[in-house]
Amino acid sequence: MDTLGATFAALSDPTRRLIVDRLTRGPAPVSELARPFAMSQQAISKHVAYLERAHLIQKRRAGRQHLCALNPAALRAVALWAESYRRVWEKNFQRLDALLEEMKTSKKRRRITRRASQ
Amino acid sequence: MKNSDTLKVTPSGDREIVMTRLFDAPRGLVFDALTKPELIRRWLLGPGGWSMAVCTVDLRVGGAYRYVLRNDRNGTEMGWGGTYREILRPERIVHTERFDQHVYSGESVITTVLTEKGGKTIFTARMLFESKTARDTVLSSGMERGAAASYDKLEQVLQSQGQKT
Repeated sequence: MDTLGATFAALSDPTRRLIVDRLTRGPAPVSELARPFAMSQQAISKHVAYLERAHLIQKRRAGRQHLCALNPAALRAVALWAESYRRVWEKNFQRLDALLEEMKTSKKRRRITRRASQ
Repeated sequence: MKNSDTLKVTPSGDREIVMTRLFDAPRGLVFDALTKPELIRRWLLGPGGWSMAVCTVDLRVGGAYRYVLRNDRNGTEMGWGGTYREILRPERIVHTERFDQHVYSGESVITTVLTEKGGKTIFTARMLFESKTARDTVLSSGMERGAAASYDKLEQVLQSQGQKT
């Protein structure tokens, strides 16, 4: 799987999304990341390792403990993807908007013509 | 007034992509635009610079549809199609989708739901893929398709938006 695929795979799990969400507010040790979950610290460590392999987070040593921090480059890649896919569909839908406007107008016109002929 | 509100595209669970969008029209019209070939031809044109060479729809359960987009400049074709599994006018369509040539060769099942509120329609399409890997591949392929389409047509988009206002 390519890098972006790995990133999405890592983000497909709700626990891992919550971990990433927490880290957007700043680096934290695994013990703190584990606190909101009814899960062992060991289970959380596995999720953290998964995120690390997908390059979404980096670990660094701060004194005696390891701090987890987000990797902004990986998150930017996700945001960029979402933006470009969105853009192609937005173009389809902008054309659909214009078409629907036209359909609404011609429907109204038909109604008026019918009323006028009665 | 421009009504092209925010389009949302989000991964959901392991195997789904969910797309939502608001349209300023009753859902009967949106349903028609999504299912009548003469109307589909007008908007399902991808990034721009493509026209629809084939657009056939057999709108009944078990019926097939087939679309082919052709690049105006070099004639490259991109085709896809599938069958209808559920049709409930004007609120729900379930259909399958498979691309001729794509990074992802499998089939996906798309459930489209149209909800009307005060004359406007909330469009929700849930695309369910065969596996998590398939979903993730499609997600990552959007990058290339989108990037190719992006900037050369930006000016045109801005112009057409200007005309609408």
